[in-house]
Formats: sequence, C-alpha cells, structure tokens
Amino acid sequence: MPISTQTTESGPTGPGSTPESGQKPPQSPATRQQKAVVRPGDRIFSAATLIAGILILVILAGVALFLLAQSKDTITAQISDPSQITGGKGFFSYVWPLVIGTLISAAIALIVATPFSLGIALFTTHMAPRKLAPVLGYVIDLLAAIPSVVYGLWGIALAGNLTGFYLWLSKWFGWIPIFAPAADGSVSQTGRTLLTASLVLSIMILPIITSLTREIFLQTPRLQEEAALALGATRWEMIRMAVLPFGKSGIVSATMLGLGRALGETMAVAMILSPGVLTASLVVSGNQTIASEIAQNFPEAAGLRLSELITVGLVLFVITLLVNMGARAIVARTSVKGS
Amino acid sequence: MSKQIDIKDLDIFYGDFRAVDGVQMQIKPRSVTAFIGPSGCGKSTVLRTLNRMHEVIPGASVSGEVLMDGNDIYGAGVDPVNVRREVGMVFQRANPFPTMSIKENVLAGVRLNNKRLSKTEADDLTERALRGANLWNEVKDRLNLPGSGLSGGQQQRLCIARAIAVEPEVLLMDEPCSALDPISTLAIEDLINDLKDKYTVVIVTHNMQQAARVSDKTAFFNIAGTGKPGKLIEFNETSTIFSNPDTEETENYISGRFG
Amino acid sequence: MTTMNTTTEAAVSKPAKLTSKQLPKATPWIVAVASILVAIVISFIAFGGFNIPVVAVLAGLINAIAVFAVSASYEGRRKAVDRIATTIVTSTFVLACVPLISLLWLTVSKGGAAISGDLLTRTMLGMKGVLDQQYVAGEATLAGGFYHAIVGTVLITLAACVISIPIGVLTAIYLVEYSNKNRLGKAITFLVDVMTGIPSIVAGLFAFALFSTIANVLLPGAAGIAKTGFTAAVALSVLMIPIVVRNTEEILRLVPMDLREASYALGVPKWKTIVKIVLPTSVSGILSGVTIAIARVIGETAPIMVTAGFAKTLNWNLFSGWMSTLPTFIYDSQLRPVSPGAAALASSERAWAAALVLVALVMVLNLLARIIAKVLAPKAGR
Repeated sequence: MPISTQTTESGPTGPGSTPESGQKPPQSPATRQQKAVVRPGDRIFSAATLIAGILILVILAGVALFLLAQSKDTITAQISDPSQITGGKGFFSYVWPLVIGTLISAAIALIVATPFSLGIALFTTHMAPRKLAPVLGYVIDLLAAIPSVVYGLWGIALAGNLTGFYLWLSKWFGWIPIFAPAADGSVSQTGRTLLTASLVLSIMILPIITSLTREIFLQTPRLQEEAALALGATRWEMIRMAVLPFGKSGIVSATMLGLGRALGETMAVAMILSPGVLTASLVVSGNQTIASEIAQNFPEAAGLRLSELITVGLVLFVITLLVNMGARAIVARTSVKGS
Repeated sequence: MSKQIDIKDLDIFYGDFRAVDGVQMQIKPRSVTAFIGPSGCGKSTVLRTLNRMHEVIPGASVSGEVLMDGNDIYGAGVDPVNVRREVGMVFQRANPFPTMSIKENVLAGVRLNNKRLSKTEADDLTERALRGANLWNEVKDRLNLPGSGLSGGQQQRLCIARAIAVEPEVLLMDEPCSALDPISTLAIEDLINDLKDKYTVVIVTHNMQQAARVSDKTAFFNIAGTGKPGKLIEFNETSTIFSNPDTEETENYISGRFG
Repeated sequence: MTTMNTTTEAAVSKPAKLTSKQLPKATPWIVAVASILVAIVISFIAFGGFNIPVVAVLAGLINAIAVFAVSASYEGRRKAVDRIATTIVTSTFVLACVPLISLLWLTVSKGGAAISGDLLTRTMLGMKGVLDQQYVAGEATLAGGFYHAIVGTVLITLAACVISIPIGVLTAIYLVEYSNKNRLGKAITFLVDVMTGIPSIVAGLFAFALFSTIANVLLPGAAGIAKTGFTAAVALSVLMIPIVVRNTEEILRLVPMDLREASYALGVPKWKTIVKIVLPTSVSGILSGVTIAIARVIGETAPIMVTAGFAKTLNWNLFSGWMSTLPTFIYDSQLRPVSPGAAALASSERAWAAALVLVALVMVLNLLARIIAKVLAPKAGR
C-alpha cells in the first residue's frame, strides 16, 4: 500500500526573503505571509503536470461525448422509425437480450471464480510453505498475463469436451430452465454455449480477484493473528477469527473489480460463442453478450449498423461505470463502518 | 488453578542462529515473576516459548525442556494448540478483535473450546472475567458495543479478561503497560496483584520500577553483544535483586550504568 | 522443529491435557492416493473406462470426506475441521493450475508444431485458399505468415507508449507533488479509477468515433480513413494511461518526504528536485510498471479490431491504412480462415503459432518488469 506523504507546496526561498531577527514590527496576517518567488522552471513544470491531469478529465468526457455523437443516427432512427434497427423491433428489444447475456455470463463467471480465488489467496498467504510464496504469485500473474484471444483459442479447442457434461446436465437438471435441452432433447453439438464462455471467463477473472484478495490477507495485522493463536485457536480458526473478518470489505471490492472485468471481456467470449437466438438455456447454442456482438459484427458494419453497435457500446460503458462506482461506494461504506 | 513452571536447559533458535542460551529457572505457582533486561536480550523470546508462540515464526525452534507441573510442553505428541489453551497471553499492544463486541471478545477463547454455552453461562462467565480484570463496572452497560471503542487501558484490560476467561494455568504478559498512560498502568499493576492469587503470572517489562512494584521474583537477562545469544544472568527474590544482587552485571544494570 | 525428552508423569492438581492423539504426518498423502484409486475403480465400473474429469471430481470428494471422517474420529472435531479446511483450500489451488497447464500445453504443442522461420518472416500477401488445401493434403508446407502482424504490434504499441507515458507520468507527478489533495486532484483520482474500468472495446469505439468525427468534419464522406494504426494507438493509450498513472503514483508516494526536504533545504527548486532526485529514485518502479502496462495492452484485440481493421500485408505507415497486430491476426485466422471447410486447419495452425509468439512475448515482458524492478532499484541497505 502506498505510504501517503504530505506534499507541501514549498516554494524555494532565497537569501533575503526571511525577516532578520530582532526586527519584527507587528504585522497583520495579510502582510506577514510573504509570497515566495516562483521560478519559471517551476511554473512550466507544474503547468505541464496540471495539463496532463486535466487531459484525463478531457479524455473521459471525450469518450462519453464521441460515443454519443456517433450514436446520433441510431437515436434518430429509434425516434423516427424503430423498425430500421436490427431485429426490426426498435433499439431496446435489440439491446435487451444482449444486456441479459452480458449480465448472466458475468454473474456465472463471478460465482465460479470467487470461491476459487479466496481459496488460492488463503493457500498462498497462510497455508503454503513460505518459500513457495513468490512462485505461487508468479503462477497467478501468469494466468493474468495471457491475452484473452489466446483464452479464446483454448476455449474453442476444448469446447467440444464439454458436450458430454452438458448432456448429463440436461438429463438430470433439465427441469431447471438454464439447463434445459433444445426441443429435440439435444444440447449444443460444438459445446460453444454461453455457459462455456462463462466458464472460460471465470478463469480469466480469477487472477485479478486472487491477487487483490491476496494483498488484503497479507495485510491482516500480525497482532490479531497472534491474539487468536494465543487463545489456542487452530490455523483455520485463526483465519476465521482474524483474517476473514478483517478482509471482508477488501474481498467485496476485489470481486466487484472482477465483475467489472467480466462485463467488458470481449475476445474470449466472441470467439467461443456461436451466434443464435436468445434462449434461457445455457447448454444450447445461442445467446450473446454486448462486447461479443460488437466484436463479431463491427468489421463489416457501415452506416446505421455501425451507429447501432456504437450505441450498444455506450450502453456497456454506462453499465461498467455503474458497477465500478457501486463497488467504490460499497468499499467506502464498509470500511467506515467496520474497522 | 495455577502451575509450577520448570525451565531446563532451554536454548532458543531462529533458524540456525542461537538467540538465547541455556535458561534454567523454576517459577512457583501463584507468584508473579518479572523478566527484565536491556533491549534485545531475549526476555520476550523466552516468554513466548512458555506458550509455544515462538514457533509461529517460520524457522524458529527450541531445544530443552519446559515443564508445567512436570509435563514437558515440548514433549513428543504435544499439540501446541492445547498448550496455548492452558497458558494465556497478553500482548504489548492491546489487540481486541475489532469486529467483535466486548462480550464476544471476552468469550472468544471460550467459544473455541466448547461451543455450547447457554446464555446464562455465557453471561456469568463474561461478568466473572470482566470483574477479574477490573473492567466490569466500566463496561457492564455496553457489552454489545465493539471492543475497539474503549480507551487503551480499557482495551488492555479487555484482553486480560479475554485471557482469563478460559481459566488458564499461567498468564504471560509481554510489556503489557508499555503503550499505556501512567493511570492505566497503575490500574493494571493493581490488577496483577489481584491476579496472583489465582494464576502463575510471568511479566516482561522494560520498567525496572514496575518490576520492583509487582513481582515476587525477578529474572535478569542480558546479552553480551549483537550477534551473541542472550543469557539468564540472575534469578532471585525481587527485593534481593534490587538491593543486593548476586552478580556485578545485575548491579550495573540496576544502577543504570547501562540499559 | 521441536525436540525430544520424555514427559514425566508427576502427580498434579489438575490433569494436563497437553498431548492429544495426532495422526501420523503422512496421513493426508495416504488418504489422497487411496481416494484416487477408489475413484478410478468407480470410474471403470460406472463408465467402463478411465474418464479423467470424473476421476478428478470423485477423488476430490472422497478425499475430503475421508479426511474429515478419519480425523474427526481419531483427533477430535476441531482438528478435523482444521484439516478439511486445509484440504479444500489446497484443492482450489490444484484445480486452478489445471486450466493454466492445459492452456500452456496446447499453446506450446500446437504452436510449436506449426511455427517456423517462414511464418515469422512472411506476410499473408498473395495467400490463396488453394495453398492451404495443398498443405492439409500434405503436398506443401504451411504458407503465409505473420511478419506484418509483428511489425504492427511493435509500431502500434510504441506509438501508444509515446502517448501514454508522458501523460501518465506527468499526471502522477501532479497528483503526488502538486495537488495537495485539492478538488481537482480528487476528481482526477476518481476518474483514473473510472478509466481503469473501461472495457477495452469501448476504448476502441471511442478512438474510432473520435477520428471518424474529425474525419467527417475535415473530409466529409471519407469516414473510412479513420481506421489507421494511429487510431489503434490512441485506443491503447486510453487503456494504458490509468495503469501508468496508478503505478507511478504509488511509486512516487514511496519516496520519503525527507528526501525532498533535504533537496529543498539545499536550495534546489521544486521542479529540479522532482526531475533530478525523486524521479531517478523511483525510475525502477516506474519502468517496471510501464513494462507491465505494455504487457497488458500488447495482448488486446478488440480495440485494435475496431480501429485498425485487419490487414493482410505489411504496412509501415501508422497514419494511413489498416494494420494487423498479433492478437487480431490470431482472431482473424481462427474465425475467418483463408480456406473455410476442411482446410481451415491451416489457418488455425497459423493462429496457434502466432499465439505462441504472443504468449512468449508477454511472459518475457513480465519477467523483464521484475528484473528491472530488482536491478535498477536504488541500493538500499536492507
């Protein structure tokens, strides 16, 4: 964690600007504060950094602005003649299934990844031999470093292996809508379904949740851990009494960051999903996420279609924005209440 | 409810480095023993071997015997977790569990051992432990508030209550007052005087006057130089140590010629 | 760790409960092996063969139950709970390694089989479906290559660095040295946080929208020219800048205030203090963070796709024409093979070869970042 140092605005003081001792006529506060000389070098440099900082605001505003600008066509089409939009029923019925698909895949990814992340973080910080810790950290970093397009390749290669599992799921759990087979009792032949994409997604967000959670666990105060041990707690009891309660808000923020990543993840999902109709079942082909829809259709798109895709991208931007801000709000609230 | 502690030929290691060499002493039940000595002489290290907290540090080990009423806590088949249930510890900085209320803090150790405590049993035990730590009157109306909301001295007494709630044989205190103001320190020293009726107390302190005030016997540790092991120099009645010590080294420390 | 000496059973006022029955140290391993064997047997009986996933899941379940049962009956409930917690936590780690190993294995085996010097030095210029069909039939070697993708990767990433490093470092300097937590500083910190959450495809769409709008204004009707390598670089910068800012800010805050004050006390102006004292002290951390940022964006596909399109030939000009990078090459090859159908395999192999190069590149960059952090760190007497 960075040590926050107090930065003080200290202008350089040269000889002659300090009043001589013994000679201190009573002054009002206004005159007593001497304005220090500001050198040109300082002025230029600080201006440069200020400009860079303001650029951040500009860029972010720009993102929203330019996306809106290019969405103009879609918005006018929606207002004047909704049937022009893909799907023929207006923008909302076009984007709604995409939003659902995005949320579902992210939710599944999160549900699968979080327990594993917690386990790996606990393993690395409290259970594995000390000497292995850097190696384990490197393994997790490796998982994080692999580009998502390679995950996509891998997902495609292995999707076929899951068909047997999906068939089994539809046989035993088919009464649950998400595992229901198609009308003829079959499941996806290629295994390239939203569930597969979600599982690959969970592996992709695992590293970020793990490394953040690991940092949190490492910060558990030694004194708390020792207090638990001195009372005669076993290692797991110590973790339950000292490590987990301390890390609660950190774990939440880590998972929300993972969620944000899952929502925006494009390539692996785009490569694994084969296009199809929106269906409630996850073991049948079909369903689509926002990012994947854009990726698959953008290269050939033009005119209104292009604008549609950008508008959809704007929707994704807003969703991830809300999730990120929500995550920060939760962290801010729990850290004030808890410790 | 207190035990006699016999330390025999105790050497303490961090990896290969011998930190403390050849400690030999016998601590009688229901007494207060103080460990004094300059910084780095190993007194806290020796204290932590008495409840097998020393080995929590990776690579740390011990050779020799520590007998509690004749049973070697480092013997074969001994589970450190069991040792720590018999021996309570209070740390230099108060460490109540921040996510637990005062009552939950007191009962934390007890809950680990026997989950089934009826409500009346729990309440009785909480009151007994808090009275034993001279904290009951100050917190009896806010038992359900978080433990971290108390002052430093109160938090430390809460930790003492937590330690005695499990009814240990021995109570170890590692510089319990060093982070407290003089009034709280006095409160805790009075408390130690009461505790010695029931427990064997061993206290590490930097403050010689405190050792003189509270303890029956005092052990003086010293270290020859950096990189050398700490040693027990003298173990005697407190009054003897502070007025007429056996060794010159002790005499020099007491009179402030080094420290 | 602990040593010897027999316990003497002296008469005591309260019986000592120090010892407890403990399972021998090898027990977890024995139980694990036994569980695997039992699972294999069940797999044969129920499925008539050695089904790896089934064996794995069954072995895990049996192991967990067995550990708990054995430990609870012999050692007591608390220790059993402790053991099962350890078992479960260890299992999650082992399970997490499986996809990693599988992925690396596939990449190395498939990519390694297909890769050749030719692939690295040729482009897809003149590529025809019939060449792939010949390859699949065994009549020719694998044609085509991704040299243009390598060049594109280098150029676009370099351009992105040129844009993001100055902006990122200067912003971090502003936040740490000048802002004093004023409102602007807080706003910037908040927005940098927001920026880290931008999906990469949205960054790509933004860059495209930006340049399209400019193009529409300057040369109406020629919106297509917005897709260039430079546009892609801008998209990558949007992703890189927050990483650089975050990392540099953290590193700069680690520089102790005493160092700056010593410099001021010598009469050195503030900007010089920053440039000559603070930055050199933190250069290793900053460079290491930049390397990590590069490693992250070098694998990005979506933003490049929507900004620079897919090129088949070499293009050295960042400001005109489409460009390919390794990730977009992989995506394009896999999903739009040169010769669809039976010969799609050839495009897939090219994709895996490129994936091998990309993964190797990313791993080298990560290693480089660690080395930089270690080697360039100021020699502290730690």
